[in-house]
Amino acid sequence: MSALLEIHGLLKKFGGVTAVNQCSFEVQEGSITALIGPNGSGKTTAFNIITGYLKADAGTIAFRGNTIEDPNPASLYRSGLSRTFQQARIFPELTVLENLVVASSFSWKGLFGSRVSVGDRERAMETLSEFKLTKLADYQASELSYGQRKLLEFASVLMSDPKLVLLDEPTAGVNPVMIETMEKHIRSRHAAGVTFLIVEHDMQLVMRLCNPVIVLDRGAMIAKGTPSEIQSNPQVLEAYLGS
Amino acid sequence: MSRAGIFRAVAFFGILALLPFGISAQWIINALIFTLMYAALASGWNLIGGYAGYPSLGHAAFFGFGAYFFGIIFENSVGNGYSPFLILPVIGIIAAILSVPIGYIAMKTRADVFAIVTITLLFIVQTLAFNLRGLTGGAQGKGIAVPPFDPAIFARPFYWAMLVLLLIAMGISLYFRRSKIGLSLSAVRADEDKAHGVGVQVTTVKLVAFGLSVSIAAMAGAVWAYYEGFIYPQFAVDPLITIGMVLMTFLGGRATLWGPVLGAFILVPAQQFFSYEFGATQFYLLAYAAIFLIIMLVLPRGILPTINDRIRTKAKLAAEVSR
Repeated sequence: MSALLEIHGLLKKFGGVTAVNQCSFEVQEGSITALIGPNGSGKTTAFNIITGYLKADAGTIAFRGNTIEDPNPASLYRSGLSRTFQQARIFPELTVLENLVVASSFSWKGLFGSRVSVGDRERAMETLSEFKLTKLADYQASELSYGQRKLLEFASVLMSDPKLVLLDEPTAGVNPVMIETMEKHIRSRHAAGVTFLIVEHDMQLVMRLCNPVIVLDRGAMIAKGTPSEIQSNPQVLEAYLGS
Repeated sequence: MSRAGIFRAVAFFGILALLPFGISAQWIINALIFTLMYAALASGWNLIGGYAGYPSLGHAAFFGFGAYFFGIIFENSVGNGYSPFLILPVIGIIAAILSVPIGYIAMKTRADVFAIVTITLLFIVQTLAFNLRGLTGGAQGKGIAVPPFDPAIFARPFYWAMLVLLLIAMGISLYFRRSKIGLSLSAVRADEDKAHGVGVQVTTVKLVAFGLSVSIAAMAGAVWAYYEGFIYPQFAVDPLITIGMVLMTFLGGRATLWGPVLGAFILVPAQQFFSYEFGATQFYLLAYAAIFLIIMLVLPRGILPTINDRIRTKAKLAAEVSR
């Protein structure tokens, strides 16, 4: 296995607060890596920097072996790095199908072509059927439940056939059945060759799904290991319980 | 497009195209020209302000640009009177090209900041129109040669020119609704950062929408200048023109095909009626404002979206009852 994503010396300050402090870690190809840590430990900030939504003050990011000079969300997405957001950001005024189509691959011809081309529709319907959302294809996304929205956002960022998917709290605020559904879809995509980096607070899910687990505290990595190693790591316990 | 939609469009444009043959009263044709002009302007504004969600207040700058561009070329002669209309596409294209750097900079900002940035553009162009006296004639205004049309039907060519502009604007609007670029614009309007993150070419689609939008405004400005025959900076680059197209779009319904047209067909005649009834006392502005208050209270999203929602809710209820 080789590192699909390498983060080195990442630094981000907001005024006097250091959100990410000399953070370095890697995500191995083919893994489901978890990124955990107490609130405010810099997980989402790290996500935002990796995906080009925030500019780092220092540090380097390499994806598929190439250092990314000027991270830009659109080009990263097209090169195979997708992400979802904590609050399930979908396009409420578009239909479920259109939410997938708008995230499909870009071409100049396609841009000036029809709203939902035959090829785009086929691919989108395939993904929707994988996620058992076919019946909802023509519903407005605003009519979906919160859990369904999370599922839709996950499904839509798969339209670029990503190598690496960053999920920001995929199961926060959804019901237990939906957590299982989400887990099932992560596993099946993982089996199909997608690498995952997941920020998650549901420790049971993290422990049964992810390996390795990376722990951040105050913006820096304090531990990395298998779920059982992490569970018995005194530094991790202290970070979570405080001193 | 559904069969009903095609029928509606053909009937609408067919009736409007034939209307001048049945109306001899000059003041009615005059009012219709302004109605069509605002319908075209509002439909054009809707491309960027409605579909993309970027509320430009600078469109009157491009309207004025078109007016002066036309005025400067045809100051002395307009030939047979019809050939100047052929320059309109050129004016539209030049405005679209100019809009690229302007839009690129202005669309670094969003929402209310974008509105303010674009309204400064309007005042810059107005100041230029006042001060570049060699070109624009400054505050003394600029005359345009009078076309040798038959006085009895003098206004007809301008009427049809405005109608064609409306047709073009609605054609682009329809195209936006049915193309992936329109889908991308809807995504930009809903959540631009997220759209960027799923690979949408946000800058490109915004610039295309802005360019097409202002080219309609510039062409309408040129026809307006030709029709008026004499242009002044304060009327050619007038904040009221910008505000008019924005309010009409809001009234009829943003990001809809017929909303801006409906808004123009309600507001322009209403404005003319009120200014005729209360003109001397300026009370017409109050009456105008009152209409808006009522609309904002009763139909905050505009007429068409509100009606569509009601129909959809009713259909849903009916479906549930029959189940």
